[in-house]
Amino acid sequence: MVGQRFLEALAERGGSWRVTVLCEEPRAAYDRVHLTSYFSGTRADELSMVPAGFLDEHGIDLRLGDPATSVDRAARTVTARSGEVFGYDALVLATGSFPFVPPVPGHDAEGCFVYRTIEDLEAIESWARTATTGAVVGGGLLGLEAAGALKAMGLDTHVVEFAPRLMALQVDEGGGAALRRKIEELGVTVHAGAGTQEIGVGDDGRACAMSLSNGEKLDVDLVIFSAGVRPRDQLARDCGLDVGERGGIVVDATCRTSDPHVWAIGECALASDGRVYGLVAPGYQMAEAVARELTDGTGSFTGADTSTKLKLLGVDVASFGDAHGTAEGCLEVLYSNSREGVYKKLVVSADGRLLGGVLVGDAGSYDLLRPLCLSGAELPAPPEQLVLPASAGAPVAIGVSALPDEALVCSCHNVSKGAIRSAVTADGCADVPSVKKCTRAGTGCGSCVKMLTTIVRDELTANGVEVAKGLCEHFEHTRAELFEIIQVRGITGFARLVDEHGTGSGCDICKPVVASILASLSNGHILDGEQASLQDTNDHFLANLQRNGSYSVVPRIPGGEITPASLITIGEVARDFGLYTKITGGQRIDLFGASVDQLPLIWKRLVDAGFESGHAYGKALRTVKSCVGETWCRYGVQDSVGLAIELELRYRGLRSPHKLKSAVSGCARECAEAQSKDFGVIATSAGWNLYVGGNGGMTPRHADLLASDLDHDTLIRTIDRFLMFYIRTAERLERTAPWVERMEGGLDHLRAVIMDDSLGICDDLDELMQRHVETYEDEWRATLEDPDRLRRFVSFVNAPGTPDPSVTFVAERDQIRPAKPGEDGAPLPTAGLIAGPTLEVRTS
Amino acid sequence: MTAELAERATERAVDAHVQIATADGGWTTVCGVAQLVPGRGVAALVDGEQVAVFLDRDGTVYAVGNLDPFSGAHVISRGLVGSRKGVPVVMSPMYKEAFDLRTGLCLDGDDQAVALPVHEVRVRETVAAEVV
Repeated sequence: MVGQRFLEALAERGGSWRVTVLCEEPRAAYDRVHLTSYFSGTRADELSMVPAGFLDEHGIDLRLGDPATSVDRAARTVTARSGEVFGYDALVLATGSFPFVPPVPGHDAEGCFVYRTIEDLEAIESWARTATTGAVVGGGLLGLEAAGALKAMGLDTHVVEFAPRLMALQVDEGGGAALRRKIEELGVTVHAGAGTQEIGVGDDGRACAMSLSNGEKLDVDLVIFSAGVRPRDQLARDCGLDVGERGGIVVDATCRTSDPHVWAIGECALASDGRVYGLVAPGYQMAEAVARELTDGTGSFTGADTSTKLKLLGVDVASFGDAHGTAEGCLEVLYSNSREGVYKKLVVSADGRLLGGVLVGDAGSYDLLRPLCLSGAELPAPPEQLVLPASAGAPVAIGVSALPDEALVCSCHNVSKGAIRSAVTADGCADVPSVKKCTRAGTGCGSCVKMLTTIVRDELTANGVEVAKGLCEHFEHTRAELFEIIQVRGITGFARLVDEHGTGSGCDICKPVVASILASLSNGHILDGEQASLQDTNDHFLANLQRNGSYSVVPRIPGGEITPASLITIGEVARDFGLYTKITGGQRIDLFGASVDQLPLIWKRLVDAGFESGHAYGKALRTVKSCVGETWCRYGVQDSVGLAIELELRYRGLRSPHKLKSAVSGCARECAEAQSKDFGVIATSAGWNLYVGGNGGMTPRHADLLASDLDHDTLIRTIDRFLMFYIRTAERLERTAPWVERMEGGLDHLRAVIMDDSLGICDDLDELMQRHVETYEDEWRATLEDPDRLRRFVSFVNAPGTPDPSVTFVAERDQIRPAKPGEDGAPLPTAGLIAGPTLEVRTS
Repeated sequence: MTAELAERATERAVDAHVQIATADGGWTTVCGVAQLVPGRGVAALVDGEQVAVFLDRDGTVYAVGNLDPFSGAHVISRGLVGSRKGVPVVMSPMYKEAFDLRTGLCLDGDDQAVALPVHEVRVRETVAAEVV
């Protein structure tokens, strides 16, 4: 990566260097930082970092699989493994590092791996197919990534870390504890403060066990060593260059080695500040320094920011600046919540400047805290307010505007906020892509793009440039504005809307938005007439598109209540069509693996048995979850099942800016988790409490109590209005939580609008909902009754009845799953011949 | 048929069909234009290969490969049709990349070289002689 960055930097600066690259691996430079994404389906060629045509364009001679084996500094030549000899004026060593494997007995047994190259990953992947338990030696960044990969491949996973905590380099004790809890919750067993003493090897030469220094013995059949890296400096040693005591090629502030014709960059170099940097951003800075040095003699690298932010196994971890609080007289401000798995620490100097910090479980503020720390600017608010979560009092929202111009926004390419502003103001960049091109900001790891976008937008606004707030290139309106236009002007189709109020012919952003608005305004069946062309693929087939092009079927089960007969029907349908079944988090049953051709046949059976569409495909009401309530529960105070069913049936099919989820709990024990829903109801002895604006998902938010002890009718009316007000005014794909949060005047305003009718719109809202309730029809029943609508449910227009042969499945845990690339899957039976699954499902 | 009757026979187009070029240089009819919804696509099998056929709002018919190179699933025909800066595009329903319907070129992502194969397509009217 660093070598490739050097080539790019050199090419950008022009100059007359003729470059030969001796590359050990069989492929050109690739993104090692995202190596683990290989396990989640990213192909090796997608990780490539070399733009097409780059080498040819700049006359670079790349020799793959032919590493340098020796350097003759006197003659200024390099000999490659192939025996070829290359002369040089300047030699740049970017040999990187090698993984350190502790020399414990058995470390070289079959089934022991390192985690460094695509070839390593391929070997691990193929070994893991027959393995059941894996251990990773090393609980650092890469070790945890490797553990995540093993976990994802279905192995029982252990992590063994010699230090007393995980990620000892980056996080402190408290952060390590929070991280450990989070990672253990994911089912990875952590052995901290334990050394690996021996890898047990079976008679077949394969690793089969592991003994730890704390006496534990693990049965494992796959081991990954990730115990740190060592600079690859052998080539330099062999030709007599200076190397550090603990390895690393000694370089000066221009990255020059002890030989004036030789430079070293990246993980093989020992920088002038005495450190070996194992991160990509400092490596890039060294690469650019040498490129500058070779072209105009101005290169320098004297140290770099080692901030890191990662999502390891889905857990946010970040550390920046003086994370361990080593500066004299510094103070630590801590927030720790073990129940939520959140740990935040800021290190602050005596005069109130931010020196560093550690964030685990919630690293949302990293993007702002890190530049604040690097710029040495004064904190915009007391530090304790910067670590407190929103729910614990009044948090201070520090914005990008609080950052000084020196604040480093993109640390991969060393771009400050000031440089971005100047790209907009002085260089005339009018949008984010051109700022990226001009400054390179946001083109490294990409973590700063969000902040970059805000800065560009702010700067454009400050310069008097009107920043488009419209949906997309086809409409200058927001979703809320389009809603008003469509409603007021009585528009019923996309063509008229785009002809009169937009341009072009629409896209995947505006079309579904308009489809949703038309559906919210009860405009007939969503597949009728022009509306058919607006629906996203899920709405188009009234089912959910899955990764291999098959669809899932989810019948509505209001409130989660289902009779044995209905349950049997679902089972029979799933069996007869060979579908994968799973109980969802919303108390329904998912049926996966249906082809387009099968959907009507499956739904015919379900509709005949009294089922309706569950709208799992639409931005619409999904489920109203419930506990059993007072009918069965000793503690219940109201009939939560009855109310959940009533609410689910009332709002079924209601299209909205985003999906809607709800729940009803029969008492304060909250077994239905109503406070994590868009609207949730909890029974009290005096009525119902209504909560709004909660959600699970990526950024969970507890719902706010809108009103207490409501009687049944008031409750329904309030929810009606809440939903319609949301549908009318929210932005595209904005869930209720951010909608409530950004509402001016907050909950009090919401209460005033929908309970006291402060805007005088409640009659409208009531009427809209009434129309929805009265005109609801089951989309699948209506589809089955209409041959025109049914005609679209074929895989091939010129071969109806032929299912898509590319949709194939394999058996796993006695059911089907999509075949992965390279796997030999079998298609499901054709639509016309339903005779149970033809896939042989292993039962052993 | 008498001469008089024959004079009253008229020729009229009864239906317009979408045809796609086959490997052997011929054309194969895949569906009637009436079967296409403006702004949507269908998939067809041509020489054993999956082809996505679209009818644009302005009545133009396009045919590109049905395999989405980013997801590996044959789903392009199920994408939304629209425009980007005046260019007619289909957006993959899987991860939403836009492809130029005329050239097959992907307009998103860094790799500009990703493209869908483009198939030659034409609309032919079936003409029938009708005796009235």
